[in-house]
Amino acid sequence: MSVTPPSVVSARKLGLTFQTGDGPVHALSNVDLEVRKGDFVSFIGPSGCGKTTFLRVIADLEKNTDGEITVNGMTPEEARKSRSYGYVFQAPALYPWRTIEKNVALPLEIMGHSAAERAKRIERTLDLVNLSGFGKKYPWQLSGGMQQRASIARALAFDADLLLMDEPFGALDEIVRDHLNAQLLKLWARTEKTICFVTHSIPEAVYLSTRIVVMSPRPGRVTDVIESTLPKERPLEIRETPEFLEIAHRVREGLRAGHSYEE
Amino acid sequence: MKPDSFTQRVVPVLTILILIVAVWYVAAYLMNAPFQRDLDRRGNVTSTAMEFISKTMAQPKPVLPAPHQVAQNLFENTFLRRVTSNRSLVYHAWVTLSSTVAGFTMGTLLGILIAVGIVHVKALDRSLMPWIIASQTIPILAIAPMVIVVLAAVNITGLLPKALISTYLSFFPVAVGMVKGLRSPELIQLDLMRTYNASAAQTFWKLRVPASIPFLFTSMKVAIAASLVGAIVGELPTGAVAGIGSKLLAGAYYSQTIDIWAALIAGSVLAALLVTIVGIVARIVDRSMGGRPA
Amino acid sequence: MRRLKRNWQPLLASTLTAISAAWLPLTQPGAPVPIQGMTIALLLLAAALNVILTLEDRGHAIRAGVLFIGAHIPAGMLLSGLDGNEGQMSASFFLMITASWLLAWGTVSELAQIEPRSSAARSFLRLLIPAIFGVWILILWEAVTRGAGIPFILLPPPSAIGARIAGSIATLWADVQQTIFKAVLFGYVVGCASGFAVAILADRFAFLRRGLIPIGNMVSALPIIGVAPIMVMWFGFDWQSKAAVVIIMTFFPMLVNTVAGLATAGTMERDLMRSYASDYWQTLIKLRLPAAMPFIFNALKINSTLALIGAIVAEFFGTPIVGMGFRISTEIGRMNVDMVWAEIAVAALIGSVFYGVVALVERATTFWHPSNRGG
Repeated sequence: MSVTPPSVVSARKLGLTFQTGDGPVHALSNVDLEVRKGDFVSFIGPSGCGKTTFLRVIADLEKNTDGEITVNGMTPEEARKSRSYGYVFQAPALYPWRTIEKNVALPLEIMGHSAAERAKRIERTLDLVNLSGFGKKYPWQLSGGMQQRASIARALAFDADLLLMDEPFGALDEIVRDHLNAQLLKLWARTEKTICFVTHSIPEAVYLSTRIVVMSPRPGRVTDVIESTLPKERPLEIRETPEFLEIAHRVREGLRAGHSYEE
Repeated sequence: MKPDSFTQRVVPVLTILILIVAVWYVAAYLMNAPFQRDLDRRGNVTSTAMEFISKTMAQPKPVLPAPHQVAQNLFENTFLRRVTSNRSLVYHAWVTLSSTVAGFTMGTLLGILIAVGIVHVKALDRSLMPWIIASQTIPILAIAPMVIVVLAAVNITGLLPKALISTYLSFFPVAVGMVKGLRSPELIQLDLMRTYNASAAQTFWKLRVPASIPFLFTSMKVAIAASLVGAIVGELPTGAVAGIGSKLLAGAYYSQTIDIWAALIAGSVLAALLVTIVGIVARIVDRSMGGRPA
Repeated sequence: MRRLKRNWQPLLASTLTAISAAWLPLTQPGAPVPIQGMTIALLLLAAALNVILTLEDRGHAIRAGVLFIGAHIPAGMLLSGLDGNEGQMSASFFLMITASWLLAWGTVSELAQIEPRSSAARSFLRLLIPAIFGVWILILWEAVTRGAGIPFILLPPPSAIGARIAGSIATLWADVQQTIFKAVLFGYVVGCASGFAVAILADRFAFLRRGLIPIGNMVSALPIIGVAPIMVMWFGFDWQSKAAVVIIMTFFPMLVNTVAGLATAGTMERDLMRSYASDYWQTLIKLRLPAAMPFIFNALKINSTLALIGAIVAEFFGTPIVGMGFRISTEIGRMNVDMVWAEIAVAALIGSVFYGVVALVERATTFWHPSNRGG
């Protein structure tokens, strides 16, 4: 019935080895993965499993040392230079000397959009993250959750189809995090973006994703890829359903399998 | 030393230093050439290019002495003269050093004392602290000649007046640094002392003082450098008796440029030595207090 | 105990006043204009007792007000009694000055306890407290120098320095023009600008940075002021040689601070710029320079003082017959210490204004920095 959506990120036998004073560290090894348009893919695993490294390779913030990777059919560097993704970091990383709207305008200025175009996009993206009316505030005048929403607005401002999020809600408390998870899902549904999402929270991964990539460390590798059977419409209560718990259980099993030969 | 840190650190610094010496030589040639040409013309001397260049580097009172002239002067006046001789740089350096160290010691003690007062007495904090900060914006060094001359008028001469200028210059950084240091313990650490019902003195000795040590040494490095500058400037109006400063002034009077440069370098070596010594003491103290090696 | 702790200044002041009242008059026998001074003693006693007895449980502001009046009216009367009696004041005079100073200390102590809500009142207090302190330095200075007859050369009284400033405006103005408007400003602007430019170069080329920064760090500890005689030889007696000294003195702090500042932008912020495929200059202007601003302003503030010192001290090595350093070194030779003090007062004023202007610009441009937020 429907054609497979086009591939956005495609990794073949991807590996990355850091040379350190204590010898080589295999941050990633033999990673095969396909992210298709419209996917919401979560990467989960203990620290050192290479989930953030993988995201950074997609973003061309690190270079792979083995294998191949394409982003939108290009090399990561070409993809970065054609501004094909927005990146959200663990911290908001807003510039304290710029107001919220100026922060959202930052990528637009760099990419050379006109002032009128900038104003239009600022209004639209701030509305997307429910921050309308806070544009004139400085980052430090907002709460942590609002700051992170502003940083998501900044990543959305230039209409890249791919959104890379590296534990964006990791520093927030659970109540705020639940709220932002629900908002992110709505935003994903409205914008039809492809999202790669790094997390270390099992409920968060299960709640948000269409696919969950379970990773394990030493060397950093993919141990399991779990397709979510949850519907696209997900109220917060879905987290108490047996279906949800079943997927969470599989993720936990996958994580444990990756850990088993340690200790 | 790892080969990496050698190419990353030493090579660039050496390159820049060699570059400075090279530029210095070229500048020495260019700046001394006009006078030499004049001299040759008057003496009807014709010389080859090489001869001419070497003559520009051998003038007794060059506009800019060549590095080797300065080095030679420095060597002769440091190692070949008796240390009691008036021409020995060791003698002059010693004179400057003694007033620097005396002033630095007094300044540091005074600075610490004032800092302790400011941290413990609120009225002092509110009334004195703004003046201490404001006085850092004032060109205090300008009063140096007056202090010397005025004290000489009441028969106080020698080391003390210079040391007073050094005291004055070094107490500001120490006072400000110590206030910061004594206030550096965090609220939870102070709260912990409160839960023990510790007295003010106990909190001071067991928490505030140890916490302030790194701040103290950082400001002591600034203070000793300021102290040396104070001692040198303090030597300017004494009628050129002794010290690095008087060496500079005498050189300026008699256009002994090589002497000026030698004195300048001697002063710089002294400064580098003093700062290094404070740095080493800081490291020893830090290590004995369980600081992590950097 | 608490009562004693709170009232020790007025208590001690009243004790001293009582003793000095027993030792009246304020002048030594044989003084030209003898003063009894009973009124002053009564005023001091009244103020001290008032605070101790009746205002025990009143607020800090009221106590401070009574103490303020009680300290300053007698102090003013005491100072006016100095006229014609230089060096002829008795122990009673100094006890009363001490008593009124104690009351002023009490004022400051009370004021320091006030924590006003409105920010206007808070900044007023922040100015008032050090102002009282400063005024009392002058009062004690005046009282001691004139009351005890300290030799004029050793320490002239502030009133004489003030009179000298008022009487020599033209000379002072000429000196300021020569030293500040020519040497300092030119040298400061050129020195800071070139330090900044080289810092950008050093940022661009890592090799240059690795070579220059250790040298720059070392140079900042050296007595650079020593190049003054060389500069005077090279550039002559006029302001150009002083400007050269100022340039050399201000160059390195600017270089070192700017390079350090450019390194402060966080890795996350840099990755962000990289993810936008932003080029070197875009990253520099939009991220790294704004982040470096606190460091750059630190250098500008350090340099404002260094520039003044450099220009004034360089003038000790030779000048035309005008300039602040020239004036200081020649007037001290003639033992005109009041003129030297006048020159120093002007230098202090200019130094503070210079620093203050830089600090104000800093507040306006780095308002976002945690140290400047709020308050």
